[in-house]
Amino acid sequence: MATGGDGMSLPAAFLGPFGDAIDFILHERESVSGGVQIGGPGEILELTGTHVLVSVVALAAAVLIFLPLGLYLGHRNQGEFLAVSVSNVGRAVPSLALLAFFLAYLGIGFVNVATVLFLLAIPPILTNTFVGVRQVDRDAVDAARGLGMNASQIIRRVELPLALPIVFAGLRLSTVAVLATATIAPLANVLTLGVPITEPQTYGDDGQRGAAMVVAVVTLGADLVLRLIERAVTPKGLKLTEHDDLPQRRRLSTNLIRRNKPA
Amino acid sequence: MRALVAQVQLQERTGEDCISNNGFCPDWIVENFDRYIDPFFEHIFLTVVSVGIGFAIAFSLALLAHRLRWTMRPISGVTQVLYTVPSIAAFFLLQPYTGRGNLTAIVALVAYTLFILFANIMTGLDNVSGDVKDAGRGMGLTDRQLLWRVELPLALPEILAGLRIATTTTIGLATLAFFAGGGGLGALIEQQLFFKSNVVVAGGLAVLLAAVFDLLILGLQRVAMPWRRAAMA
Repeated sequence: MATGGDGMSLPAAFLGPFGDAIDFILHERESVSGGVQIGGPGEILELTGTHVLVSVVALAAAVLIFLPLGLYLGHRNQGEFLAVSVSNVGRAVPSLALLAFFLAYLGIGFVNVATVLFLLAIPPILTNTFVGVRQVDRDAVDAARGLGMNASQIIRRVELPLALPIVFAGLRLSTVAVLATATIAPLANVLTLGVPITEPQTYGDDGQRGAAMVVAVVTLGADLVLRLIERAVTPKGLKLTEHDDLPQRRRLSTNLIRRNKPA
Repeated sequence: MRALVAQVQLQERTGEDCISNNGFCPDWIVENFDRYIDPFFEHIFLTVVSVGIGFAIAFSLALLAHRLRWTMRPISGVTQVLYTVPSIAAFFLLQPYTGRGNLTAIVALVAYTLFILFANIMTGLDNVSGDVKDAGRGMGLTDRQLLWRVELPLALPEILAGLRIATTTTIGLATLAFFAGGGGLGALIEQQLFFKSNVVVAGGLAVLLAAVFDLLILGLQRVAMPWRRAAMA
């Protein structure tokens, strides 16, 4: 049932169920139960805007607080238990249960959803930053100290750049988890892309699939953007060694990591 | 309206008041615990089947990538993209092909485990020291013997670490499987989202399940690797 406008009938027919879903994104239509206009670029953009906003607020807060904390703990080699067990426990708590728990105790709304997403974002950022700094070759840190750098210089100019791949891996994990979980935010009255997904009686299959496609695209897009940012902020000298894919070299570096692990 | 209901004070914990106020009611929990048993086992089913199938696929892929090095990049790229697609989106995008129900849930959950398991198995195999492999070859082991008797046993810590991450992640994601019609504890959470007793019991069971599985695999690790009882995160 290609209900779309003029140009859409061919691709709609070609793509089957997804053609209709794409049509939902591109063209406004009447809701399944009738009476209301749903879908179309206007509504999708609005929902996407809220989706991204609540996610970015949560991620920014998590990065601002827990990236420095991870750097500090990693530098001092303290709090491994905290940094690592936070991630183990965090992984086990289902995002839906976390959201429901907050709803039940604190109520609905933007701030509560942002808080839940913030909590979800913490473990990968904290753990990866800590582990990333810990695996930096101690000889490099000693060399920096020998050059007369103080603690803050060592963290900013040596440990952070060398930890970047692992830090960014954590940031990407957090981002993906947060954007994915923002999909269930409509349960707390925050109107994200989850709206068509949680209200099938109004939006129907096409709406559910259309919104699911947009969620997937937004998430993959965010992941890509973070990869590009990572590439942009990685110092040139580090990129050269990264492309050095010789097994010999990798073995050497993992040996170093192992040697430096606290017993 | 819902906000008002949800914000009702904590003090009223007992009797009908407690239930109508969506409170945390121990009496209700004791009386209604039965209703959590089936979803609990559904949850275990989804987790075990998905991680099991995921492990079989990831293990085969890792052996392939170990043998044919050039396949590693494409495999890890594809599994990573699968991992990035949000589970809820996957549950809906799969439905035209796999319908509503367990199948859709399992396909999506399997796709999620692949990246974690593949990456960990590869790391484990790559971390086996060249000297050890040389020693194995010197003792006359064929490539196949080397793989099964030397490389895989030495890679076990990383492999089992991957299994732990994959399992706890899957238990968490399976709470969303109800979007695919897959049941599990998430379906119960969603049914009475604002009822504290319900949320605490269903969410708590999911966390408990994750903790139990984590400990089981940790135990397996100790049994499987008597030569390194100490270490491991």
